[in-house]
Amino acid sequence: MNSVVKIKNLSHKYGSTVALDDISLEVERGELFGIIGPDGAGKSTLYRILATLLNPDKGEVYVAGLNALTDYKKIRTKIGYMPERFSLYQDLTVNENLNFYASLFGVSIKENYDLIAPVFGQLERFPNRRAGALSGGMKQKLALSCALIHRPEVLLLDEPTTGVDAVSRSEFWDMLSQLRKSGITILVSTSYMDEATQCERIAMINKGKILDTNTPVNLVDNLNENLYCAAANNMFGLLNRLRRTSGVRNCYTFGATLHVVADTSFDPDQVSAQLTADGLKNVKIYRTKGDIEDLFIKLTRDE
Amino acid sequence: MNNQKKVISVKDLTKKFGSFTAVDHISFDVMEGEIFGFLGANGAGKTTAMRMLCGLSFPTSGSGTVAGFDITTDAEDIKRNIGYMSQKFSLYSDLTVIQNLRLFSTIYGMSDKEFKSASENLFKELEMEDMRNTLVGEIPVGWRQKLAFATATIHNPKVVFLDEPTGGVDPVTRRRFWELIYQASSKGMTIFVTTHYLDEAEYCNRVSIMVDGKISALDNPTALKEKYHATTMDEVFRIVAKQAKREE
Repeated sequence: MNSVVKIKNLSHKYGSTVALDDISLEVERGELFGIIGPDGAGKSTLYRILATLLNPDKGEVYVAGLNALTDYKKIRTKIGYMPERFSLYQDLTVNENLNFYASLFGVSIKENYDLIAPVFGQLERFPNRRAGALSGGMKQKLALSCALIHRPEVLLLDEPTTGVDAVSRSEFWDMLSQLRKSGITILVSTSYMDEATQCERIAMINKGKILDTNTPVNLVDNLNENLYCAAANNMFGLLNRLRRTSGVRNCYTFGATLHVVADTSFDPDQVSAQLTADGLKNVKIYRTKGDIEDLFIKLTRDE
Repeated sequence: MNNQKKVISVKDLTKKFGSFTAVDHISFDVMEGEIFGFLGANGAGKTTAMRMLCGLSFPTSGSGTVAGFDITTDAEDIKRNIGYMSQKFSLYSDLTVIQNLRLFSTIYGMSDKEFKSASENLFKELEMEDMRNTLVGEIPVGWRQKLAFATATIHNPKVVFLDEPTGGVDPVTRRRFWELIYQASSKGMTIFVTTHYLDEAEYCNRVSIMVDGKISALDNPTALKEKYHATTMDEVFRIVAKQAKREE
């Protein structure tokens, strides 16, 4: 078995609230695997179970080939877990935090420095700054360094880019692709759909269920919708009109244009002419391919 | 724009913390009914600027008015006359829908009578009449978003500040929320909004981008894309935000 994480029919409830509902998943060694879904989808519950901090109600979970229920102590030495909330000691310095985590796992910083170098490099300028006084981006780099210092087989990152601006998010993903070269398996969760393309494979999760698992390219190829972009001078006016147009199954904003999910009866030229006659200006309607967000919208509307 | 009435107007607004200048002489106007996107990288000074605009922080220098009140002398009036909603905290999940609305209306000093008519209208408008006695913790996230916006605007403020209102929200709910924003703006409410989703910047009438405490770019999305030879606001943001020199 080459899968580093294996989940079979996993379910978990908090009281009457279903957090995870019969999910199954396998992650291969060395994969950069994304868990993509909005807040409340069950991502953090899944991470807590994988990190052996929570026992599931039902199902089987194997991490690094070990059973999460019986071998949790061994698993803990083989994983690096970065929870969503900053979990280091705010009143210890950068170096004290790193030393502390190294000593917990009985390793030296020196022996594993090559692994954290691409992440920790930028923190070396202020070894004596208290963790609490670091900026958000630097805190994140320190937390990631501490999660990596014992050279784990599996890195569990729970929403590392939440609340982070677009530029810093890109930098973070660059760091992850650097890390992957060392062969480590990375499970990363996010609510940003655009980050899906940075992963080799993703599982789309919503309301405790996995909607689909595949490579981002295959997922988009399977979208199988008759999809158009639409734009005009008055975008919200256009949105309201298109929703009332026959042949339009769904219409929603998509950045600078609208996306129109249409029947085969939809004739873009005819609809453009009609909208122009109705008083809209610069009407453009053209075919588009769609992306993960379109797929997510489709799958969650079908529920 | 409906007309050219300024709802927010600031000149050389500056905030220093010791020797660090968090906000550095920013000047801009926001017009009535405008959807104004306030963007910037983490640490660029957005939150500090927004706190001054909401009357929560006193500027080191500079001047300005929000909803007709002076930010250096009338901070208390500003707080009563604006709406504010953030992703992190908006509603009490162990209170019912109507209790949440009642709480916020009281904070904003509304009378029972005013509350009654405002809340009846809201329930109709938001199609939430059968949820009024449901605990907020038990209603779906999409409705919670709508309700959070309703509580922030129950006193019909001239301007509402939305601080990352859609963070972590699913794609369908996120879009519905923007339609709600658009509706409010078309009725004349001014919307001041921050976001990390750059597709949402495309929906704003104008967008400003803060870099190192200053406003580095400010225009409508079409003009910004032309200026930076970009096809999306995402590209514009990356080009502008990368000019930052300030160390984190």
